[in-house]
Amino acid sequence: MSLLNHTATELLAKLESREVSSAELTAAYLKQIETLDPQVQAYLRVLPESALAKAKEIDARRAAGQPVGKLGGLPVAIKDVICTQGEVTTCASKMLETFVPPYNATVVEKLRAADAVLIGKTNMDEFAMGGSTENSAFQATKNPWNLECIPGGSSGGAAACLAASMAPLSVGTDTGGSIRQPAALCGVTGMKPTYGRVSRYGLVAFASSLDQIGPLAHTVEDAALLLAVLAGHDPLDSTSADVEVPDYRAALSQPLKGLKIGVIKEHFGEGLDNEIAAAVQAAVQEYEKLGATAKEISLPHSKYGIATYYIIAPCEASSNLARYDGVHYGYRTDEKAMLAELDAERAALVKAGQQQEADNLDTPLVRLYRQSRAEGFGPEVKRRIMLGTYALSAGYYDAYYLKALKVRRLIRQDYDHAFKEVDVILGPTTPTPAFKMGEKLNDPLAMYLEDLYTVTANLAGVGGISIPCGFTKSNLPIGLQIQAPAFAEAKCLQAAHLFQQATDWHNRRAKLQ
Amino acid sequence: MTLTRRDVEKVSLLARLRLSAAELETMTPQLDKIVHFVEQLNELHTDGVEPMAHALDLRNIFADDEPRPSLDRDAALSNAPKRDDECYRVPAVLGE
Repeated sequence: MSLLNHTATELLAKLESREVSSAELTAAYLKQIETLDPQVQAYLRVLPESALAKAKEIDARRAAGQPVGKLGGLPVAIKDVICTQGEVTTCASKMLETFVPPYNATVVEKLRAADAVLIGKTNMDEFAMGGSTENSAFQATKNPWNLECIPGGSSGGAAACLAASMAPLSVGTDTGGSIRQPAALCGVTGMKPTYGRVSRYGLVAFASSLDQIGPLAHTVEDAALLLAVLAGHDPLDSTSADVEVPDYRAALSQPLKGLKIGVIKEHFGEGLDNEIAAAVQAAVQEYEKLGATAKEISLPHSKYGIATYYIIAPCEASSNLARYDGVHYGYRTDEKAMLAELDAERAALVKAGQQQEADNLDTPLVRLYRQSRAEGFGPEVKRRIMLGTYALSAGYYDAYYLKALKVRRLIRQDYDHAFKEVDVILGPTTPTPAFKMGEKLNDPLAMYLEDLYTVTANLAGVGGISIPCGFTKSNLPIGLQIQAPAFAEAKCLQAAHLFQQATDWHNRRAKLQ
Repeated sequence: MTLTRRDVEKVSLLARLRLSAAELETMTPQLDKIVHFVEQLNELHTDGVEPMAHALDLRNIFADDEPRPSLDRDAALSNAPKRDDECYRVPAVLGE
């Protein structure tokens, strides 16, 4: 069996017993990337020199009997929305094509301290806005299970690099489903922790009240290994929660007795693919066989999740992305050409006797902002900035933003009620399997509806995980979503692990040559 | 309500985005469709519901009032598209 078919947990054991060195393992993954990534295009940048140097340094420490961190020399891929000091971090945007962060994100510091080997930065939808990774300014990542299909998004590169065995562990971010949805479509395990569980310091902001960093991996056990490193309070992020982090890996070995699962009635309605419905129902039966009790529950406001999300997230985005002004960092338009165009516009208006219009033209500074942003952002980012600016503009704030915040409360209350009756909530992660590239590119609303089952966890701030639970007839992966109350990641992981111990969907890997 | 091209143009100035004629053409109906979609929230009665801006009930997180090192000027300016030794450079803001 090839080294790369092992789970991260198995590889860690091999590293610790010195059966394999971190340098050998890292070289094997680099080779796999070299072979397969030209087809999959999961990585925006691979870091061979720094990765091998770090791996050798870890190997030397281990050989000398010195302490080695929890990740012990395992390669980890990082979504390109997380700042890496001295390494370009683009958010898959032309706006940040040459941006070199002057500091590391807290999660990067933690990974380094845990002796992870940072192997590369993965592709994504621009500024994490999208569900297919087609919104990257640089390349479209393919789904390793079918190269004509999208891998999901926005953490499409983060999920695809696992599915093609080009990394054993991967870090993504989830604002409305951006870890869970690509995990489902690529047949891997992906977890969005509770809001506040992982520090957002150094994560380029999209929607600050919803964004959360989390692990993607082959198995729940591997995800627990990575989450244990990522999680914890950080004084540099005032919204990171000062709540004790349990030992997630130890939690997995605890027997899970009397698990009560709730099956969301509303998630089996219109729009759900038949094969996904059948696979999720089979998963519920599997849980019952394993001793869990299942009951139907209702999240009555979940159908308003998408509408609520597509007010709140664009509002926060329009504010967060105001920082890209062509002045402090990021893309700036050609100033000379911009000023010449502005002068020509003014002259033409004056010549036509339209002095009023000439006086109303943009000032040079305003035009610098507008032109830089026009050239630096892609269509979906512009759409969301426009939507958020509109919803927050004078006269509309109460009707859209305030209304959405009230519905957000109702969505949270639905969860609170449900979790009085059950331990975890089960349902499909996505309404459809991976779709063909380009299929939804011209219909933004259809793309937004992809997040139907995932956005409510972000709005309520609870955690959720997607694990493989089957395949369609055309061999595309299906994801099962398990959601747990805030800060109950251990319970969520335990429930997901229970399923993986009894099934082998998670052991399948895409076959690419 | 229905979004017009004029509304979209006005918002593009507020958003500090310059949109081409072609972008205004495609974006106006797209935004209109999305705005109509989100207006389904009006079906819900939300009088008396407390707005929820944030998932965590955190208030006033204070840091100790102790000086700490911060990013030095050169590092802060290192990604500036246009700068001098101390400042970011922009086109003239006041009259010629």
